Amino acid sequence: MGTYVWALVGGLLLGTASCTLYFGLGRLAGISGIACDALVAAEGAAWRWAFLLGLVLGGTVFANVWGVQAMVPRSPWLLITAGLLVGIGTVVGSGCTSGHGVCGLGRRSLRSLVAVLTFMGTGAITVLLTQHVLS
Amino acid sequence: MTTSTPHSKPGSEPTAPSSPIALALAFACGLVFAAALVMSGMTQPAKIMGFLDFWGMAQGAFPGRWDPTLAFVMGGSVVVTLVGFAWASRPGAKPWLAEKFVLPTRVQVDTRLVVGSALFGVGWGLAGYCPGPALASLISGGLDALVFVSAMLIGMLLTRLALRPR
Repeated sequence: MGTYVWALVGGLLLGTASCTLYFGLGRLAGISGIACDALVAAEGAAWRWAFLLGLVLGGTVFANVWGVQAMVPRSPWLLITAGLLVGIGTVVGSGCTSGHGVCGLGRRSLRSLVAVLTFMGTGAITVLLTQHVLS
Repeated sequence: MTTSTPHSKPGSEPTAPSSPIALALAFACGLVFAAALVMSGMTQPAKIMGFLDFWGMAQGAFPGRWDPTLAFVMGGSVVVTLVGFAWASRPGAKPWLAEKFVLPTRVQVDTRLVVGSALFGVGWGLAGYCPGPALASLISGGLDALVFVSAMLIGMLLTRLALRPR
């Protein structure tokens, strides 16, 4: 049960961080967009790099504090395929779980609702195929 | 929604906030975002794939092998953003440290949105990583996270290049 309580607390914090970025800088906390724009934006990349630095540093420190177990290494080909699909898909579809999920649903955007239902659907089909049908 | 002034090129974004206080706030938001992802279990791909495994509900008494954790995370976050974004759209509202709120210009549901989201979902289901948790795991997640993030950034850059208006 503790897992779900922490999940809920984590969710509330995700929402709070996203709202704070919007209230403060007027920008949406869409991670795929921030990461891509940090690399390509000629100007205005500074706040994106600051956010990403916090994200990477916070993830590193907190994984230690929280004692997250190391994962069993997986096939690099699977990770490369998945990474490419996530990179291509989030640029074509203008967002990921944070931009369309956390922020988009909060903004009651129809586009984001469609996006969330779509990536959850294809994600579920992918897990069904890889974990049950083909294994 | 967007009114163009004589000084702003169409499609160009308003001046991005770059004051030290704005950068510090962005850094703090990233920090809290990462902490939230870690404590909620979202940096563990097994939790994501366990959620997407809806067939797992049929295995044993409910919820079976299905892992509902992500639903709690999404539920908790959207409760906050629903209130927050509603408050920020009150008349006369302005960001604390920027000229104005910047929102996506696309408002129509189109093929691009659905195709892109569908591709993203396949990658998400394959590895259990989406951009936020993958970046938060960049150092703690070992070689796996590093390989995934590298491929993801290459995919983003190539796609951005290919879709660039000519």
